[in-house]
Amino acid sequence: MRGLILSDDQTTDDMEDGAPPIGQLPLDAWHRAQGARMVEFAGYEMPIQYTGEGGGIVAEHEWTRTSAGLFDVSHMGQVLLSGEGLDEAVEAILPIDLSTLKLGRQRYSLLLDENGGVLDDLMVSRWPGNLYLVVNGATKWDDIGHLREHLPDAITLHHMDEHALLALQGPKAVDALARHATGEYALSDLTFMRFGRFEIAGHVVTIARAGYTGEDGFEISIPAEAAEEIATLLCAEPEVRPIGLGARDSLRLEAGLPLYGHDLSPEISPIEAGLIFGINKRRRSEGGFLGAVRVQNEIANGPAKMRIGLKIDGRMPAREGAKVFAGTKEIGVVTSGGFSPTLGAPIAMAYVDPAHAGENQTLEIEVRSKRLSATVSPMPFVPHNYYRGS
Amino acid sequence: MPRYFTDEHEWIDVEGETATVGITDYAQEQLGDIVFVELPDVGAMVDKGGEAAVVESVKAASDVYAPITGEVTETNSSLEDEPALVNTSPEEEGWFFRLTISDTGELEGLMDDKGYKTFVDSL
Repeated sequence: MRGLILSDDQTTDDMEDGAPPIGQLPLDAWHRAQGARMVEFAGYEMPIQYTGEGGGIVAEHEWTRTSAGLFDVSHMGQVLLSGEGLDEAVEAILPIDLSTLKLGRQRYSLLLDENGGVLDDLMVSRWPGNLYLVVNGATKWDDIGHLREHLPDAITLHHMDEHALLALQGPKAVDALARHATGEYALSDLTFMRFGRFEIAGHVVTIARAGYTGEDGFEISIPAEAAEEIATLLCAEPEVRPIGLGARDSLRLEAGLPLYGHDLSPEISPIEAGLIFGINKRRRSEGGFLGAVRVQNEIANGPAKMRIGLKIDGRMPAREGAKVFAGTKEIGVVTSGGFSPTLGAPIAMAYVDPAHAGENQTLEIEVRSKRLSATVSPMPFVPHNYYRGS
Repeated sequence: MPRYFTDEHEWIDVEGETATVGITDYAQEQLGDIVFVELPDVGAMVDKGGEAAVVESVKAASDVYAPITGEVTETNSSLEDEPALVNTSPEEEGWFFRLTISDTGELEGLMDDKGYKTFVDSL
């Protein structure tokens, strides 16, 4: 049989020309000691899954949905922007409304090219005097280049590569983290998309209540030299197990969250991707950001294709690249697909002709010259479980 | 009943003029949780080294190749309802299909138990 080694198919297009050679992240040795199976991803060796008790993609997926999983996402880029006229300079690039982004709040935004294609999706947080960005690992070098090119000289860009990033995700994440995080206010004061400064084991960390699984959870930015200590501390909690990239992908797919390089690319606009919430209201009418012409046109006239969710009959999954049909007419293509452990059925995201994107429409997907019946389904496939306050 | 192995991690049990095919424990371990197995049609002709089945894990699809040429006589219908049998019992209950042996000469060059173990240890 072939395709045996779980080398990640995501790396093929995530690896850009000119990217640095395969790197090692601060937790490399720690993952191996936990029994991780390492693969190349976004230019780094990263854990796809763990072996031994509790290991395996489905077990790790289910553990995260019911307890808490620790994900190493240190491959992602953490970038700090500062300087005179920062908000104005950033608004010239991103379709974000920074006038409504308060201190301690985080917001989803998009890095667009001049043609309105998505270069990356990212988180923007308001720190005192700074904006803190978290960008995708595979795109971070290009993102940094793009930002440096378009930001005026007065703006300083600091790549925080001396920091690691951990995500603790799942309904019991708060219980485990609350035993270790101390700060000016309680962890329970952080609601979804807020962040604050805390201390864990004497290290100053930044904790945001956010993630990529659809569950309640946290993203924790920590000094690289404290990464092993903090990862060990969190995994010693009975609720917490380390989780690999495999389950991260199946969790985000169930949560209906697009993956850059697959569901998002420079060929796709944010309106096609259904990410209009990433174009803040004032900016939709005012424009004035890179790619605004196409975005405004698609808001007014509708996009040429739309990202939809599909539930597939039977058990055979449809993977990225599978063609989507309405009757005999080819109307789109699958961009992410797999088996949903929670639903016990295959699910997919696809881009299709908007005429066939209506909920509950029956479409067909071609897999190995067979046609699978699929139903257009609202996303998320599995309900989000964010903490928005008691 | 001699069992042979391929370097693509299939096993084949030879029983007179027919043979049973599956994937090895090493293969299922590498693939992880198996969620679907697409089996060949009974009566189909498969060629040595040609695609005969597809095994889908949560993450990826992998082709399974026919270790020898022959006509498929039976498939393991248990895998339709319980594909995880390939994980729990890859070299017994999780067999894939049975086929006729067209040319016993094709068995030469396949590995025996010991040879396969040495091969896996070298990976």
